[in-house]
Amino acid sequence: MAVPSFLARERIIARPGFNRWLIPPAALAVHLCIGQAYATSVYKAALVANFESNLKNIGYIFSLAIVMLGLSAALFGTWVDRNGPRAAMFVSAVFWSTGFLVGSLGIATDQLWLLYLGYGVIGGIGLGIGYISPVSTLIKWFPDRPGLATGMAIMGFGGGALIASPLSRQLMSWYDPNYVPSGVGANVASGDAVAKLFLTLGLVYLVFMLFGAFIIRVPAADWKPAGFDPASIKAKPMITTDSVSAANAIKTPQFWLLWVVLFCNVTAGIGILEQASGMIQDFFREGGSSTVAVTAAAGFVGLLSLFNMGGRFVWSSTSDYVGRKGIYMVYLGVGLVLYVLLATVGNSATWLFVVLAALIISFYGGGFATVPAYLRDLFGTYQVGAIHGRLLTAWAAAGVAGPLIVNGILDSRGKVGELEAADYRPALFIMVGVLAVGFVANLLIRPVASKFHEPKAAVDAFTSPSTTEASVTR
Amino acid sequence: MSTSVSNEPQRGTTHTPVGLIAFAWALVGAPLAYGLYQTVKTASQLF
Repeated sequence: MAVPSFLARERIIARPGFNRWLIPPAALAVHLCIGQAYATSVYKAALVANFESNLKNIGYIFSLAIVMLGLSAALFGTWVDRNGPRAAMFVSAVFWSTGFLVGSLGIATDQLWLLYLGYGVIGGIGLGIGYISPVSTLIKWFPDRPGLATGMAIMGFGGGALIASPLSRQLMSWYDPNYVPSGVGANVASGDAVAKLFLTLGLVYLVFMLFGAFIIRVPAADWKPAGFDPASIKAKPMITTDSVSAANAIKTPQFWLLWVVLFCNVTAGIGILEQASGMIQDFFREGGSSTVAVTAAAGFVGLLSLFNMGGRFVWSSTSDYVGRKGIYMVYLGVGLVLYVLLATVGNSATWLFVVLAALIISFYGGGFATVPAYLRDLFGTYQVGAIHGRLLTAWAAAGVAGPLIVNGILDSRGKVGELEAADYRPALFIMVGVLAVGFVANLLIRPVASKFHEPKAAVDAFTSPSTTEASVTR
Repeated sequence: MSTSVSNEPQRGTTHTPVGLIAFAWALVGAPLAYGLYQTVKTASQLF
């Protein structure tokens, strides 16, 4: 599928002297917007009231968006790699923004199906394409620090929720003067306010993401950072200088081992994230009442968001020094020990519970941010975006499995917010097992066999289809 | 900070204005700082 010339990859090849530090903000411009997907709880209750529905039906909108994220990233990954980041960011911006606008129409006209179609399906496609769009470009611009580069972008996805939550509350307060977000007399915003919120976010995100699309550049095929010696990569056994196509990658055991690693890491993280607020209150319940107040529980959720975002940047950057396999041994191995501690002694002191949970969530975020660099190490930069897209199906699967495991067990024990620490132990020990599986899968990862490597001519033809003919450098 | 090395002498070189880089970082940094501030404020209720 051809794209208009102003979006084409050959139009955005950077000239010598271009400063690569313009690329991370371009990537962040996209990820900060699509990260809004994790801030849907802000208006969930308002949507329930507006559609006279229930949390489950409204929750499907978010679930649908995450499933579409996985599907679109897997289906369009090769298209993204072939056409370059500008085309991908542009398409992502249009889909993400259209999703909000169609959703806004659905809320304003009381048609829930339009919200499913808009935010869930159309927006979800923008989410998937947007998530993978800057990743391979960043890896190519930062061959010396791929973990730092992808950490910066994917940190933006965590940061997007931090921005969207308070911003949405503020906007809904402006659009509905009767709306009280928290404290005494707290209520939900009107449907009209949420419709206007969607309209506003759709337009703001469109402008912001297009800014990213128009400043993004790809490096020339022979470009390398000053002082960077590619031979230093060759010296490391777990980092390849060869190329594996997306079609071949899914035939390798390495891809599926990494799929299991990501699935286990995400499933374990979701186990805590899903229940965070109720969990901290339940862990410190004495004689029916909790020693942790509702406001403190909200603070705990905020703290986890910070560690989720910070972990993406800190741990992914650290992986440039300790290696990708090494850092995943920490995420999964140390994570496993932390989970055991949480289950056994987590209720002995609030500070201990908070420290353990915060570290676990930082590993959850780190797992997301480090995986593109791990893929680059194993399969090369050739079609790393497409391979990343296919791997994100593990996220979609974990998004279903994690809550299913935790909710299934907790539901059999009672109601979250009325349980005790012991009620969480079975679920936490299952997560210990999940992490153990991921740890073993990571240990089994070895360099990809040479039979899967792509011939150099095919790689050159894919990555620079017209650079020898009519490339326009910027 | 600029780190380009290329072996294509036929192509002209470019210079990325520092102002553009600063503007781009400010554009993404400002909302992020707002979000961080609001979240830290919420998280502080824990202590």
